[in-house]
Amino acid sequence: MTAVKRIPKDQIAIEGLTGDAAIAHALKQCDLDVLAAYPITPQTIIVEDYQKFAANGEVHCRVIPVESEHSAMSACIGASAVGARVATASASAGLALMWEILYCAASMRMPIIFTVANRALSGPINIHNDWSDTYGARDSGFIQIYTQSCQEAYDTTIMAFKIAEDHKVLLPIMVCIDGFILSHNVERVEMLPTKAVENFLGVREPFIKLDPDNPITMGPLALTDYYFEFKEQQERAMEAVPEVFAQVETDFEKMTGRRYGMFEEYRTDDAEIIIFTHSTPGGTAKATVDVLREKGEKVGVLRLRMFRPFPTKEIVEVVKNAKAVIVFEKCRSFGAPSNPLALELRTALYDLEKRPMVVDFVIGLGGRDCPPTTIVEGYEKTKEYLKKGKAPLYETMGVRK
Amino acid sequence: MSEKYNEIPMAGNIIEPGNATKYKTGGWRAQRPIHTDETCLWVKNGTCGLCWIYCPDNSVKLIEKDGKYIYEFDLEYCKGCGICANQCPTDSIRMENE
Repeated sequence: MTAVKRIPKDQIAIEGLTGDAAIAHALKQCDLDVLAAYPITPQTIIVEDYQKFAANGEVHCRVIPVESEHSAMSACIGASAVGARVATASASAGLALMWEILYCAASMRMPIIFTVANRALSGPINIHNDWSDTYGARDSGFIQIYTQSCQEAYDTTIMAFKIAEDHKVLLPIMVCIDGFILSHNVERVEMLPTKAVENFLGVREPFIKLDPDNPITMGPLALTDYYFEFKEQQERAMEAVPEVFAQVETDFEKMTGRRYGMFEEYRTDDAEIIIFTHSTPGGTAKATVDVLREKGEKVGVLRLRMFRPFPTKEIVEVVKNAKAVIVFEKCRSFGAPSNPLALELRTALYDLEKRPMVVDFVIGLGGRDCPPTTIVEGYEKTKEYLKKGKAPLYETMGVRK
Repeated sequence: MSEKYNEIPMAGNIIEPGNATKYKTGGWRAQRPIHTDETCLWVKNGTCGLCWIYCPDNSVKLIEKDGKYIYEFDLEYCKGCGICANQCPTDSIRMENE
Protein backbone atom coordinates (compact mmCIF):
# COMPACT_ATOMS: atom_id res chain seq x y z
CA MET A 1 0.00 0.00 0.00
CA THR A 2 1.29 3.43 -0.89
CA ALA A 3 0.59 6.53 1.13
CA VAL A 4 -3.03 7.58 1.22
CA LYS A 5 -3.79 10.87 -0.48
CA ARG A 6 -6.85 13.07 -0.57
CA ILE A 7 -8.96 12.11 -3.58
CA PRO A 8 -9.71 15.16 -5.75
CA LYS A 9 -13.38 16.06 -6.14
CA ASP A 10 -13.49 15.41 -9.88
CA GLN A 11 -12.61 11.75 -9.31
CA ILE A 12 -15.49 11.17 -6.92
CA ALA A 13 -18.68 9.73 -8.39
CA ILE A 14 -21.88 10.99 -6.81
CA GLU A 15 -24.94 8.81 -7.09
CA GLY A 16 -28.28 8.31 -5.42
CA LEU A 17 -28.04 4.89 -3.83
CA THR A 18 -30.05 2.84 -1.36
CA GLY A 19 -28.19 1.54 1.68
CA ASP A 20 -28.05 -1.92 0.12
CA ALA A 21 -26.77 -0.57 -3.21
CA ALA A 22 -24.18 1.58 -1.43
CA ILE A 23 -22.86 -1.54 0.32
CA ALA A 24 -22.93 -3.53 -2.93
CA HIS A 25 -20.86 -0.81 -4.60
CA ALA A 26 -18.44 -0.77 -1.69
CA LEU A 27 -18.04 -4.56 -1.92
CA LYS A 28 -17.51 -4.22 -5.67
CA GLN A 29 -14.58 -1.92 -5.05
CA CYS A 30 -13.05 -3.97 -2.24
CA ASP A 31 -11.67 -6.61 -4.62
CA LEU A 32 -13.43 -9.59 -3.03
CA ASP A 33 -12.27 -13.08 -3.88
CA VAL A 34 -15.39 -14.88 -2.66
CA LEU A 35 -18.92 -13.82 -1.79
CA ALA A 36 -21.22 -16.55 -0.49
CA ALA A 37 -24.74 -15.54 0.44
CA TYR A 38 -28.37 -16.56 0.49
CA PRO A 39 -31.04 -13.96 -0.32
CA ILE A 40 -33.19 -12.53 2.45
CA THR A 41 -35.20 -9.33 2.73
CA PRO A 42 -34.16 -6.54 3.31
CA GLN A 43 -30.59 -7.45 2.46
CA THR A 44 -31.37 -9.03 -0.93
CA ILE A 45 -30.29 -6.06 -3.07
CA ILE A 46 -26.74 -6.23 -1.73
CA VAL A 47 -26.18 -9.68 -3.16
CA GLU A 48 -28.45 -9.10 -6.15
CA ASP A 49 -26.45 -6.05 -7.22
CA TYR A 50 -23.18 -7.79 -6.53
CA GLN A 51 -24.25 -10.80 -8.63
CA LYS A 52 -24.93 -8.36 -11.47
CA PHE A 53 -21.41 -6.98 -11.17
CA ALA A 54 -20.07 -10.53 -11.23
CA ALA A 55 -22.23 -11.55 -14.21
CA ASN A 56 -21.08 -8.45 -16.12
CA GLY A 57 -17.45 -9.29 -15.41
CA GLU A 58 -16.98 -6.10 -13.40
CA VAL A 59 -15.50 -8.02 -10.45
CA HIS A 60 -13.09 -10.93 -10.29
CA CYS A 61 -14.88 -12.80 -7.57
CA ARG A 62 -16.37 -16.24 -7.12
CA VAL A 63 -19.99 -15.76 -6.07
CA ILE A 64 -21.33 -18.89 -4.38
CA PRO A 65 -25.15 -19.03 -4.37
CA VAL A 66 -25.38 -21.43 -1.42
CA GLU A 67 -28.47 -23.35 -0.27
CA SER A 68 -28.74 -21.72 3.17
CA GLU A 69 -27.19 -19.11 5.43
CA HIS A 70 -25.56 -21.87 7.48
CA SER A 71 -23.73 -22.85 4.29
CA ALA A 72 -23.07 -19.20 3.39
CA MET A 73 -21.04 -18.56 6.51
CA SER A 74 -19.40 -22.00 6.25
CA ALA A 75 -18.29 -21.26 2.68
CA CYS A 76 -17.02 -17.87 3.82
CA ILE A 77 -14.90 -19.52 6.50
CA GLY A 78 -13.46 -22.02 4.04
CA ALA A 79 -12.57 -19.29 1.59
CA SER A 80 -11.18 -17.04 4.29
CA ALA A 81 -9.06 -19.92 5.60
CA VAL A 82 -7.16 -20.14 2.31
CA GLY A 83 -6.48 -16.41 2.46
CA ALA A 84 -9.30 -14.97 0.36
CA ARG A 85 -11.04 -11.66 1.00
CA VAL A 86 -14.59 -12.67 1.79
CA ALA A 87 -17.97 -11.08 2.40
CA THR A 88 -21.54 -12.16 2.98
CA ALA A 89 -24.83 -10.48 3.82
CA SER A 90 -27.97 -11.48 5.67
CA ALA A 91 -30.67 -10.43 8.13
CA SER A 92 -33.06 -11.73 10.75
CA ALA A 93 -33.90 -15.42 10.25
CA GLY A 94 -30.96 -15.82 7.88
CA LEU A 95 -28.60 -14.54 10.53
CA ALA A 96 -30.28 -16.85 13.01
CA LEU A 97 -29.62 -19.83 10.75
CA MET A 98 -25.95 -18.84 10.63
CA TRP A 99 -25.76 -18.90 14.41
CA GLU A 100 -23.50 -21.89 14.93
CA ILE A 101 -21.09 -20.74 12.24
CA LEU A 102 -20.92 -17.13 13.48
CA TYR A 103 -19.06 -18.41 16.51
CA CYS A 104 -16.78 -20.53 14.29
CA ALA A 105 -15.94 -17.51 12.10
CA ALA A 106 -14.99 -15.40 15.11
CA SER A 107 -13.12 -18.06 17.06
CA MET A 108 -11.23 -19.25 13.98
CA ARG A 109 -10.25 -15.59 13.52
CA MET A 110 -11.56 -15.19 9.98
CA PRO A 111 -11.75 -11.53 8.87
CA ILE A 112 -15.09 -11.93 7.08
CA ILE A 113 -17.20 -8.85 6.42
CA PHE A 114 -20.84 -9.55 7.10
CA THR A 115 -23.27 -6.79 6.12
CA VAL A 116 -26.58 -7.02 7.93
CA ALA A 117 -29.81 -5.20 7.17
CA ASN A 118 -31.30 -5.31 10.65
CA ARG A 119 -34.71 -6.96 10.67
CA ALA A 120 -37.05 -8.30 13.36
CA LEU A 121 -37.01 -11.99 14.17
CA SER A 122 -39.97 -14.34 13.88
CA GLY A 123 -42.60 -14.77 15.06
CA PRO A 124 -44.91 -13.50 13.88
CA ILE A 125 -42.81 -13.29 10.76
CA ASN A 126 -41.94 -9.66 10.06
CA ILE A 127 -39.65 -8.15 7.45
CA HIS A 128 -39.21 -4.72 9.04
CA ASN A 129 -36.52 -3.19 11.14
CA ASP A 130 -35.47 -3.76 14.69
CA TRP A 131 -32.17 -4.84 16.22
CA SER A 132 -33.10 -8.18 17.72
CA ASP A 133 -31.07 -10.11 15.14
CA THR A 134 -27.62 -8.59 15.63
CA TYR A 135 -28.15 -7.85 19.34
CA GLY A 136 -28.72 -11.56 19.75
CA ALA A 137 -25.34 -12.16 18.13
CA ARG A 138 -23.54 -9.64 20.32
CA ASP A 139 -21.60 -12.36 22.15
CA SER A 140 -20.62 -14.26 19.00
CA GLY A 141 -17.19 -12.62 18.84
CA PHE A 142 -18.01 -10.43 15.83
CA ILE A 143 -17.14 -6.76 15.85
CA GLN A 144 -20.40 -4.84 15.36
CA ILE A 145 -20.67 -1.43 13.73
CA TYR A 146 -24.07 0.25 13.23
CA THR A 147 -24.42 2.93 10.58
CA GLN A 148 -26.86 5.77 10.13
CA SER A 149 -26.61 6.82 6.48
CA CYS A 150 -25.96 5.25 3.09
CA GLN A 151 -22.67 7.16 2.86
CA GLU A 152 -21.64 5.85 6.26
CA ALA A 153 -22.61 2.31 5.24
CA TYR A 154 -20.47 2.61 2.11
CA ASP A 155 -17.50 4.05 3.99
CA THR A 156 -17.77 1.63 6.91
CA THR A 157 -17.90 -1.41 4.62
CA ILE A 158 -14.64 -0.35 2.99
CA MET A 159 -12.94 0.41 6.30
CA ALA A 160 -14.20 -2.85 7.81
CA PHE A 161 -11.91 -4.97 5.62
CA LYS A 162 -8.86 -3.05 6.73
CA ILE A 163 -9.81 -3.37 10.40
CA ALA A 164 -10.74 -7.05 10.22
CA GLU A 165 -7.68 -8.10 8.25
CA ASP A 166 -5.21 -6.31 10.53
CA HIS A 167 -3.08 -8.97 12.22
CA LYS A 168 -3.68 -7.38 15.62
CA VAL A 169 -7.41 -7.97 15.13
CA LEU A 170 -8.31 -10.82 12.74
CA LEU A 171 -11.96 -10.84 13.67
CA PRO A 172 -15.09 -10.81 11.51
CA ILE A 173 -17.20 -7.65 11.41
CA MET A 174 -20.93 -7.08 11.13
CA VAL A 175 -21.67 -3.82 9.32
CA CYS A 176 -25.29 -3.06 10.19
CA ILE A 177 -27.86 -0.89 8.47
CA ASP A 178 -31.50 -0.53 9.46
CA GLY A 179 -33.67 -2.72 7.26
CA PHE A 180 -35.83 -0.74 4.78
CA ILE A 181 -35.28 2.55 6.64
CA LEU A 182 -31.74 2.63 5.29
CA SER A 183 -31.48 -0.47 3.10
CA HIS A 184 -34.21 0.72 0.70
CA ASN A 185 -34.01 4.51 0.97
CA VAL A 186 -32.09 6.45 -1.62
CA GLU A 187 -29.52 8.95 -0.39
CA ARG A 188 -26.67 10.87 -1.93
CA VAL A 189 -23.50 8.80 -1.82
CA GLU A 190 -20.02 9.94 -2.79
CA MET A 191 -18.11 7.01 -4.20
CA LEU A 192 -14.36 6.78 -4.35
CA PRO A 193 -12.51 5.74 -7.48
CA THR A 194 -11.97 1.96 -7.37
CA LYS A 195 -8.21 2.44 -7.68
CA ALA A 196 -8.22 4.50 -4.50
CA VAL A 197 -10.12 1.82 -2.58
CA GLU A 198 -7.77 -0.87 -3.86
CA ASN A 199 -4.81 1.23 -2.86
CA PHE A 200 -6.34 1.88 0.57
CA LEU A 201 -7.03 -1.77 1.30
CA GLY A 202 -4.20 -3.48 -0.51
CA VAL A 203 -4.29 -7.23 -1.01
CA ARG A 204 -5.16 -9.28 2.06
CA GLU A 205 -2.09 -10.75 3.71
CA PRO A 206 -3.28 -13.78 5.66
CA PHE A 207 -1.66 -14.36 9.04
CA ILE A 208 -1.86 -18.09 8.41
CA LYS A 209 -3.63 -20.00 5.64
CA LEU A 210 -4.57 -23.45 4.44
CA ASP A 211 -1.94 -24.48 1.93
CA PRO A 212 -1.35 -28.00 0.55
CA ASP A 213 2.40 -27.38 0.52
CA ASN A 214 2.43 -26.48 4.18
CA PRO A 215 -0.36 -28.50 5.76
CA ILE A 216 -1.98 -27.33 8.98
CA THR A 217 -5.29 -28.01 10.74
CA MET A 218 -7.78 -25.24 11.44
CA GLY A 219 -10.72 -25.47 13.78
CA PRO A 220 -9.77 -28.63 15.70
CA LEU A 221 -10.99 -29.81 19.09
CA ALA A 222 -9.87 -28.06 22.28
CA LEU A 223 -11.25 -29.23 25.58
CA THR A 224 -10.74 -28.43 29.22
CA ASP A 225 -6.99 -28.08 28.78
CA TYR A 226 -6.81 -25.39 26.06
CA TYR A 227 -10.26 -23.98 25.15
CA PHE A 228 -10.15 -21.23 27.79
CA GLU A 229 -6.79 -19.95 26.48
CA PHE A 230 -8.20 -19.61 22.95
CA LYS A 231 -11.09 -17.55 24.35
CA GLU A 232 -8.50 -15.34 26.05
CA GLN A 233 -6.84 -14.82 22.66
CA GLN A 234 -10.19 -13.75 21.21
CA GLU A 235 -10.73 -11.26 24.01
CA ARG A 236 -7.26 -9.76 23.49
CA ALA A 237 -8.03 -9.38 19.79
CA MET A 238 -11.21 -7.47 20.70
CA GLU A 239 -9.21 -5.23 23.00
CA ALA A 240 -6.93 -4.35 20.08
CA VAL A 241 -9.83 -3.14 17.94
CA PRO A 242 -10.14 0.52 19.06
CA GLU A 243 -6.50 1.32 18.22
CA VAL A 244 -6.63 -0.31 14.79
CA PHE A 245 -10.05 1.23 14.16
CA ALA A 246 -8.68 4.70 14.88
CA GLN A 247 -5.68 4.17 12.58
CA VAL A 248 -7.88 2.99 9.74
CA GLU A 249 -10.23 5.95 10.23
CA THR A 250 -7.27 8.33 10.18
CA ASP A 251 -6.13 6.91 6.84
CA PHE A 252 -9.65 7.03 5.49
CA GLU A 253 -10.03 10.62 6.63
CA LYS A 254 -6.87 11.59 4.75
CA MET A 255 -8.44 10.16 1.62
CA THR A 256 -12.01 11.43 2.02
CA GLY A 257 -12.15 14.02 4.78
CA ARG A 258 -14.73 11.82 6.54
CA ARG A 259 -14.34 10.33 9.99
CA TYR A 260 -17.01 8.75 12.16
CA GLY A 261 -15.44 7.50 15.38
CA MET A 262 -16.62 4.71 17.65
CA PHE A 263 -19.57 6.98 18.35
CA GLU A 264 -20.79 10.39 17.27
CA GLU A 265 -21.30 13.19 19.77
CA TYR A 266 -23.91 15.73 18.79
CA ARG A 267 -24.39 18.86 20.91
CA THR A 268 -23.38 16.97 24.04
CA ASP A 269 -20.89 19.53 25.44
CA ASP A 270 -23.26 21.31 27.81
CA ALA A 271 -26.09 18.80 27.59
CA GLU A 272 -27.93 17.94 30.78
CA ILE A 273 -29.80 15.13 29.09
CA ILE A 274 -28.10 12.93 26.50
CA ILE A 275 -29.95 10.67 24.11
CA PHE A 276 -28.10 7.39 23.55
CA THR A 277 -29.06 5.33 20.51
CA HIS A 278 -27.67 4.22 17.15
CA SER A 279 -28.46 3.55 13.50
CA THR A 280 -31.34 5.55 11.97
CA PRO A 281 -32.92 6.64 15.27
CA GLY A 282 -29.62 8.49 15.75
CA GLY A 283 -30.53 10.72 12.82
CA THR A 284 -34.06 11.28 14.09
CA ALA A 285 -32.68 12.12 17.53
CA LYS A 286 -30.25 14.69 16.13
CA ALA A 287 -33.00 16.45 14.15
CA THR A 288 -35.23 16.43 17.23
CA VAL A 289 -32.45 17.79 19.41
CA ASP A 290 -32.05 20.73 17.03
CA VAL A 291 -35.68 21.67 17.62
CA LEU A 292 -35.46 21.12 21.38
CA ARG A 293 -32.30 23.25 21.52
CA GLU A 294 -34.16 26.09 19.81
CA LYS A 295 -36.60 25.91 22.69
CA GLY A 296 -33.72 26.25 25.12
CA GLU A 297 -33.49 22.60 26.20
CA LYS A 298 -29.98 21.42 27.05
CA VAL A 299 -30.01 18.12 25.22
CA GLY A 300 -27.59 16.24 22.99
CA VAL A 301 -27.15 12.92 21.24
CA LEU A 302 -24.55 10.23 21.59
CA ARG A 303 -24.97 8.05 18.54
CA LEU A 304 -23.15 4.77 19.05
CA ARG A 305 -21.45 3.14 16.08
CA MET A 306 -19.37 0.42 17.61
CA PHE A 307 -21.42 -1.87 19.84
CA ARG A 308 -18.73 -4.57 19.96
CA PRO A 309 -16.23 -3.89 21.36
CA PHE A 310 -18.26 -1.49 23.48
CA PRO A 311 -16.30 1.77 23.98
CA THR A 312 -16.96 1.78 27.72
CA LYS A 313 -14.45 4.33 29.01
CA GLU A 314 -14.99 6.78 26.18
CA ILE A 315 -18.76 6.74 26.61
CA VAL A 316 -18.48 7.24 30.37
CA GLU A 317 -16.33 10.33 29.68
CA VAL A 318 -19.05 11.83 27.49
CA VAL A 319 -22.08 11.15 29.67
CA LYS A 320 -20.72 11.23 33.22
CA ASN A 321 -21.69 14.84 33.90
CA ALA A 322 -25.16 14.64 32.41
CA LYS A 323 -28.22 14.46 34.65
CA ALA A 324 -29.79 11.69 32.61
CA VAL A 325 -29.11 9.47 29.62
CA ILE A 326 -32.10 8.34 27.56
CA VAL A 327 -31.60 5.05 25.78
CA PHE A 328 -33.73 4.33 22.73
CA GLU A 329 -33.31 0.77 21.56
CA LYS A 330 -35.13 -1.48 19.13
CA CYS A 331 -34.85 -4.72 21.02
CA ARG A 332 -36.45 -6.32 24.03
CA SER A 333 -34.46 -8.86 25.99
CA PHE A 334 -37.37 -10.88 27.33
CA GLY A 335 -37.21 -11.45 31.05
CA ALA A 336 -34.09 -9.28 31.48
CA PRO A 337 -33.98 -6.38 33.97
CA SER A 338 -33.55 -4.01 31.01
CA ASN A 339 -32.38 -4.28 27.42
CA PRO A 340 -29.06 -4.82 25.59
CA LEU A 341 -28.02 -1.21 25.00
CA ALA A 342 -29.09 0.04 28.44
CA LEU A 343 -27.50 -2.97 30.15
CA GLU A 344 -24.17 -2.04 28.57
CA LEU A 345 -24.51 1.60 29.58
CA ARG A 346 -25.57 0.87 33.15
CA THR A 347 -22.64 -1.53 33.58
CA ALA A 348 -20.28 1.12 32.22
CA LEU A 349 -21.60 3.74 34.65
CA TYR A 350 -21.94 1.56 37.73
CA ASP A 351 -18.54 2.34 39.24
CA LEU A 352 -19.04 6.12 39.09
CA GLU A 353 -19.75 7.78 42.42
CA LYS A 354 -22.24 10.15 40.85
CA ARG A 355 -24.09 8.52 37.97
CA PRO A 356 -26.51 10.05 35.51
CA MET A 357 -29.99 8.55 35.61
CA VAL A 358 -30.44 5.97 32.85
CA VAL A 359 -33.88 5.80 31.27
CA ASP A 360 -34.43 2.94 28.82
CA PHE A 361 -37.12 3.00 26.13
CA VAL A 362 -37.80 0.00 23.91
CA ILE A 363 -39.10 1.40 20.63
CA GLY A 364 -39.90 0.38 17.09
CA LEU A 365 -40.14 -3.41 17.41
CA GLY A 366 -41.03 -5.03 14.10
CA GLY A 367 -40.53 -1.75 12.27
CA ARG A 368 -43.08 0.31 14.24
CA ASP A 369 -42.41 3.90 13.18
CA CYS A 370 -40.26 6.04 15.48
CA PRO A 371 -40.93 9.65 14.46
CA PRO A 372 -39.43 12.66 16.26
CA THR A 373 -42.47 12.66 18.56
CA THR A 374 -41.17 9.39 20.04
CA ILE A 375 -37.95 11.12 20.98
CA VAL A 376 -39.82 14.12 22.42
CA GLU A 377 -42.12 11.86 24.44
CA GLY A 378 -39.10 10.04 25.88
CA TYR A 379 -37.45 13.35 26.65
CA GLU A 380 -40.52 14.73 28.46
CA LYS A 381 -40.89 11.53 30.46
CA THR A 382 -37.23 11.65 31.44
CA LYS A 383 -37.62 15.21 32.74
CA GLU A 384 -40.47 13.97 34.93
CA TYR A 385 -38.37 11.07 36.18
CA LEU A 386 -35.56 13.50 37.02
CA LYS A 387 -37.99 15.58 39.07
CA LYS A 388 -39.14 12.45 40.90
CA GLY A 389 -35.55 11.24 41.20
CA LYS A 390 -36.53 7.76 40.00
CA ALA A 391 -37.10 5.98 36.70
CA PRO A 392 -38.26 2.48 35.81
CA LEU A 393 -35.54 0.05 34.66
CA TYR A 394 -37.07 0.17 31.20
CA GLU A 395 -40.36 0.80 29.45
CA THR A 396 -41.79 0.13 26.04
CA MET A 397 -42.92 3.09 23.97
CA GLY A 398 -45.21 3.14 20.96
CA VAL A 399 -47.05 -0.08 21.77
CA ARG A 400 -50.82 -0.12 22.35
CA LYS A 401 -51.28 -1.05 26.00
CA MET B 1 -0.08 -28.09 28.95
CA SER B 2 1.14 -25.21 31.07
CA GLU B 3 1.36 -22.75 28.15
CA LYS B 4 -0.32 -19.39 28.50
CA TYR B 5 -2.76 -18.02 25.92
CA ASN B 6 0.03 -16.21 24.07
CA GLU B 7 2.31 -19.22 23.93
CA ILE B 8 0.03 -21.35 21.78
CA PRO B 9 -0.93 -20.99 18.09
CA MET B 10 -3.81 -18.68 17.23
CA ALA B 11 -7.34 -20.10 17.26
CA GLY B 12 -6.23 -23.63 18.09
CA ASN B 13 -4.62 -24.08 14.69
CA ILE B 14 -2.42 -27.17 14.52
CA ILE B 15 0.62 -25.89 12.68
CA GLU B 16 2.70 -29.07 12.89
CA PRO B 17 1.17 -31.77 10.67
CA GLY B 18 0.91 -35.29 12.09
CA ASN B 19 1.47 -34.27 15.67
CA ALA B 20 -1.43 -36.50 16.76
CA THR B 21 1.20 -39.27 17.09
CA LYS B 22 2.44 -37.44 20.19
CA TYR B 23 -0.84 -38.21 21.85
CA LYS B 24 -0.69 -41.83 23.04
CA THR B 25 -4.32 -42.86 23.03
CA GLY B 26 -3.53 -46.33 24.39
CA GLY B 27 -4.29 -44.88 27.81
CA TRP B 28 -7.98 -44.75 26.91
CA ARG B 29 -8.14 -48.54 26.59
CA ALA B 30 -10.47 -50.51 28.87
CA GLN B 31 -10.11 -53.77 26.93
CA ARG B 32 -7.08 -55.09 25.08
CA PRO B 33 -7.14 -57.29 21.95
CA ILE B 34 -5.61 -60.74 22.32
CA HIS B 35 -4.51 -62.42 19.07
CA THR B 36 -4.30 -66.14 18.30
CA ASP B 37 -1.71 -67.08 15.65
CA GLU B 38 -3.13 -70.59 15.06
CA THR B 39 -6.31 -69.54 13.22
CA CYS B 40 -5.22 -66.14 11.78
CA LEU B 41 -5.24 -66.05 7.97
CA TRP B 42 -2.50 -63.42 7.84
CA VAL B 43 -0.13 -65.58 9.89
CA LYS B 44 -1.19 -68.68 7.94
CA ASN B 45 -0.70 -67.39 4.38
CA GLY B 46 -0.48 -63.56 4.33
CA THR B 47 -4.12 -62.97 3.34
CA CYS B 48 -7.26 -61.39 4.87
CA GLY B 49 -6.01 -58.31 6.75
CA LEU B 50 -9.56 -57.13 7.59
CA CYS B 51 -8.44 -56.08 11.08
CA TRP B 52 -5.70 -53.94 9.51
CA ILE B 53 -8.15 -52.34 7.09
CA TYR B 54 -10.74 -51.53 9.76
CA CYS B 55 -8.50 -50.43 12.65
CA PRO B 56 -9.24 -46.69 13.09
CA ASP B 57 -5.93 -46.06 14.82
CA ASN B 58 -3.44 -47.93 12.60
CA SER B 59 -2.71 -50.10 15.60
CA VAL B 60 -2.72 -53.46 13.77
CA LYS B 61 0.74 -54.21 12.44
CA LEU B 62 0.94 -56.83 9.68
CA ILE B 63 4.62 -57.61 9.26
CA GLU B 64 6.38 -59.66 6.60
CA LYS B 65 9.85 -60.82 7.67
CA ASP B 66 12.09 -63.56 6.25
CA GLY B 67 9.18 -65.21 4.43
CA LYS B 68 7.13 -65.27 7.62
CA TYR B 69 3.95 -63.37 8.45
CA ILE B 70 4.03 -61.78 11.88
CA TYR B 71 1.08 -60.17 13.68
CA GLU B 72 1.33 -57.35 16.30
CA PHE B 73 -0.75 -54.68 17.96
CA ASP B 74 0.59 -51.21 18.67
CA LEU B 75 -0.75 -50.84 22.19
CA GLU B 76 0.55 -47.26 22.51
CA TYR B 77 -2.33 -46.16 20.28
CA CYS B 78 -4.88 -49.02 20.44
CA LYS B 79 -7.97 -47.60 22.20
CA GLY B 80 -9.46 -51.07 22.64
CA CYS B 81 -12.48 -50.33 20.46
CA GLY B 82 -12.82 -54.01 19.48
CA ILE B 83 -13.52 -53.41 15.79
CA CYS B 84 -10.73 -55.85 14.87
CA ALA B 85 -12.27 -58.57 17.02
CA ASN B 86 -15.67 -57.91 15.46
CA GLN B 87 -14.34 -58.04 11.91
CA CYS B 88 -12.11 -61.13 12.24
CA PRO B 89 -13.71 -63.92 10.10
CA THR B 90 -11.92 -66.68 12.05
CA ASP B 91 -12.45 -65.29 15.59
CA SER B 92 -8.70 -65.04 16.08
CA ILE B 93 -9.00 -61.83 18.16
CA ARG B 94 -10.79 -61.58 21.49
CA MET B 95 -11.08 -58.65 23.88
CA GLU B 96 -9.91 -58.98 27.43
CA ASN B 97 -10.39 -56.49 30.28
CA GLU B 98 -7.28 -54.48 31.13
